Amino acid sequence: MFKNKKLAASGVDTTEHAVAEPDRDQPWKELGLKEDEYLEIKNILGRRPTSSELAMYSVMWSEHCSYKSSKIYLRQFGEKVTDQMKEHLMVGMGENAGVVDIGEGLAVTFKVESHNHPSYIEPFQGAATGVGGIVRDILSMGARPIAVMDQLRFGAPENPDTSRVVHGVVDGISFYGNCLGLPNIGGETVFDSVYQGNPLVNALSIGAMKHEDLQLAKASNPGDLVILFGARTGADGIGGVSVLASETFESTGPTKRPAVQVGDPFAEKVLIECCLELFHAGVVAGIQDLGGAGISCATSELASNGGKGMKVQLQNVLLRDQSLTPEEILMSESQERMCAVVPKKQLKAFEKIVEKWEVEYSVLGEVIDEDRLYINWGHEEIVNVPPRTVAHDGPVYDRPVALPQYQKALNDDSSSSLKRAENATELAAQLMQLIATPNQADKSWITAQYDKYVMGNTALSMPDDSGMVRISEETGLGVALATDANGKYAYLNPYEGARLALAEAYRNVAVTGAVPRAVTNCLNFGSPENPEVMWQFKEATAGLADACLELGIPVTGGNVSFYNQSGDVAIYPTPVVGVLGVIDDVARRIPSGWQDDGNNIYLLGNTFDELDGSAWAKDLHDHLGGQPPKVDLAKEIELAELLHGASIQGLIESAHDISEGGLGIAVLEAALRFNVGARIWLGEMLERDAIDMTAALFSESQSRVIVTVGREDDVKFQALCEARGVPCLRIGVTDATSSMVEITDVADLKLDDIRSGWVSTLPELFG
Amino acid sequence: MKIGVITYPGTLDDRDAQRAIRLAGGTPVSLWHADDDLKKVDAVVLPGGFSYGDYLRCGAIAAQAPATKEVIKLAAQGLPVLGICNGFQILVESHLLPGGLIRNEKQHFVCRDQKLRVENNNTAWTSLFEENEEILIPLKNGEGGYIATDETLKMLEAENRIAFRYLDTNPNGSMNDIAGLTNERGNVVGLMPHPEHAVEPGFGPDTDIAMRSGVDGLRFFQSVLKMAVNS
Amino acid sequence: MPKIIVEIMPKQDLLDPQGKAVANALQRSGNKEISAVRIGKRIELHFDRPITDKDMENASAQASSFLSNDVIEDVVAITKED
Repeated sequence: MFKNKKLAASGVDTTEHAVAEPDRDQPWKELGLKEDEYLEIKNILGRRPTSSELAMYSVMWSEHCSYKSSKIYLRQFGEKVTDQMKEHLMVGMGENAGVVDIGEGLAVTFKVESHNHPSYIEPFQGAATGVGGIVRDILSMGARPIAVMDQLRFGAPENPDTSRVVHGVVDGISFYGNCLGLPNIGGETVFDSVYQGNPLVNALSIGAMKHEDLQLAKASNPGDLVILFGARTGADGIGGVSVLASETFESTGPTKRPAVQVGDPFAEKVLIECCLELFHAGVVAGIQDLGGAGISCATSELASNGGKGMKVQLQNVLLRDQSLTPEEILMSESQERMCAVVPKKQLKAFEKIVEKWEVEYSVLGEVIDEDRLYINWGHEEIVNVPPRTVAHDGPVYDRPVALPQYQKALNDDSSSSLKRAENATELAAQLMQLIATPNQADKSWITAQYDKYVMGNTALSMPDDSGMVRISEETGLGVALATDANGKYAYLNPYEGARLALAEAYRNVAVTGAVPRAVTNCLNFGSPENPEVMWQFKEATAGLADACLELGIPVTGGNVSFYNQSGDVAIYPTPVVGVLGVIDDVARRIPSGWQDDGNNIYLLGNTFDELDGSAWAKDLHDHLGGQPPKVDLAKEIELAELLHGASIQGLIESAHDISEGGLGIAVLEAALRFNVGARIWLGEMLERDAIDMTAALFSESQSRVIVTVGREDDVKFQALCEARGVPCLRIGVTDATSSMVEITDVADLKLDDIRSGWVSTLPELFG
Repeated sequence: MKIGVITYPGTLDDRDAQRAIRLAGGTPVSLWHADDDLKKVDAVVLPGGFSYGDYLRCGAIAAQAPATKEVIKLAAQGLPVLGICNGFQILVESHLLPGGLIRNEKQHFVCRDQKLRVENNNTAWTSLFEENEEILIPLKNGEGGYIATDETLKMLEAENRIAFRYLDTNPNGSMNDIAGLTNERGNVVGLMPHPEHAVEPGFGPDTDIAMRSGVDGLRFFQSVLKMAVNS
Repeated sequence: MPKIIVEIMPKQDLLDPQGKAVANALQRSGNKEISAVRIGKRIELHFDRPITDKDMENASAQASSFLSNDVIEDVVAITKED
């Protein structure tokens, strides 16, 4: 399988050979390294690397594993942090996933990751193994994984290749997530031609645990055993990490066909139960899951994190394919494998548990009191490196940054040039058209393929604004999670776009009654070798870090995915932001649509004429230009605190945040949620905010939410808004007897008519 | 009253089944597939999931487990057994219930709130339902289409062995809209939908009354507890 | 390596949705002469020594009781391979 015939023919390349044959030609370029990186390796080792060492460095120093182009910017997330923000943080960035204290001695760990490139090549397995990978990260923190979410971005809906990717990805997530028994509690699906050759598949997982269950990925006690367990090692994904994620696609299609990773969710389910039993039995001193870069990563990271070293017998690895060379074994990305550090005296107990679950394992070696990683193949030494240089001290780039040449023209091209609807008929037509576009349409065709019931703790899931799961059955303590991103906003203004994504996720958590507490992110960008993309990245990370500081919630971990481009065309910068919130009792949760008759509908927040980058502009007029909506984070905080306070007092029956599509879409969604009509009047709003009806319906101004309040709570609620200085305007009343949404001066829309367009879009495209 | 819940490698809804038993007023007992000791439980639940990854055939390998063999033995003596989804598949593979369960017609996994009609309320698990009562129970599966020979179907209909039938939509192409069966004696019941996901207000299916308020599944577990009390 | 091959097919009169889906796909891609498709399983039982008659008997028993579900499947062949 290994491409370079020279290496295969000469047999195992040992450290002895490396010294004896210093001038051998090595395929550092084919493995994705740059010349200066290769020279640096020689410098570190004082000789040329063996082919195994070369393989290790090439995968560990790849963009995907080393974050070499993003490190200098990601530091901000750890630096722009106050002590108050760190109050609930038990584990911050740098570990497999962040861990947040939620009270009652309980903690939650969560993270979002990308699996973009594999999902274009092999959508089913790419998406499936994406879920598998993030779940293992959560498991390795000592938590029981309790839910998943996914953020999907596909190309133009009518393009036949989009269907290929959509089917594969949704089937893959469904297959893997459902077999693991994890409820899928939300996410997002976006269609835009910019993602045609580069679909984005981001997967998030959350896990729950008691404080004392926390596990870390370090090997710190000399003498402890290093044990690889789970699935056998095969040829999956060889070269995937260094070759695939650090390369862009040719515009003719998916030409690269290295061995794709193949997932087995049954093996992972068994692994989850086995690991949890191992953790609770206290037999494990450190644990690392094997993801990108497989054994290379697990061994070097465990050693480096623990500040010690390791001695490994690579021939002890249980193989699925006996023909694998040592280099291939080191690079293999076979799924469903974990690496445990086990004190010798716990070995028997360890063996008993893995045998009970019929999980295979092999002792690879042990921790040593030396800052060195030795790997032997039988009697031959094939790796002898300082672990830190592999795992943590990889190259750090400060890549050139340049304002995109198109930026000024793009920002000058405001949507104000677009013709607006001139009468009620046109407005109504646009609203009906917009709700049926793929981006606004009902996503049930996708979400019905996911299990939302398993584990019995799902309090909210799609289509509500956040997913919410109960953590404690005794007290009802739970967490809410929302993930958001808007590539159009970020393309217009990456700094603001990142702030807006955070604001939206923050708001989506607040509308459920939960209090936002922590952040994760998945930064999807084009090639870092393109200075314009690098500028976008620099701006977006600064925007996100500054916004987190302002909102007072820290980034606990995340992921960067570069090279999302076909030829020269990069995707929109798409920073996906996830916000986790805590709710003391999930019974208090607020749904996104109204269920009751005769409740007043209130619009919180002010509306401005902000149609640049909106769904109205892009999906109805194919226009993208100008500046994204402004966001005032102080207002978002006030709004969130109001919602929380009102929720504690039980004043709010439903709350739905206004985002893509504007108020018009939000109202229709809230009505469709439980099929309850409403009468809406926007006259006062037009006057108070000095806007026209198009802006009223379609503007994407921030810090706005529609809530419904029972008649008996009206006075209290309005007083609360006034006291907190949150603009509050009654814009309607719910009507359960009506099968209509009547919007004065726009139209009387039948719910059935709205629904029929809304539910049929995706099945017609993909069913 | 103790109700055992068997965990096989790949079982997913065991914890939900245990919760359902607890909420119904019983004591759930965790049972391990490799153990033939059923700890003197008064009834057994074979929960949903993907035991053994659905390898060979759904439920085929689990049907060979020591715990399953013991269940088969005791079922013949009247032990109440409820097989949910994968559990139903195990009961069919064990020949405690007739017929077979195959891949959905539409070839997609589907998770939906399913209307059912309870057609036999004389079983150990359905005595608290009215005859022909309509209930709402979550359904989630990819291999749940019931098939059987004409002969078997005729026999099942004639002997009122069809415990539940799909209403409104047949989600998986099951013959005669069969959602669940019972054995002759009425102690063994198997069904594809998941009653354990409709037992707790706030976490069940949406109903006309309120979001996530459906708890029709609770009476499955209350029925068997009532039976134990009476016997 | 000595093996016993067990071939299993879905019962003739029962629905084979997988086969139907594959047949549709073949016809859609121009293979109109293929009127139907049925998909079964081929299971190999490997041995470390030559296969005896007892092995064949045992394989037959396992084939009908475990490797196939006689309600929905038929064992259509059991053959020996050296």
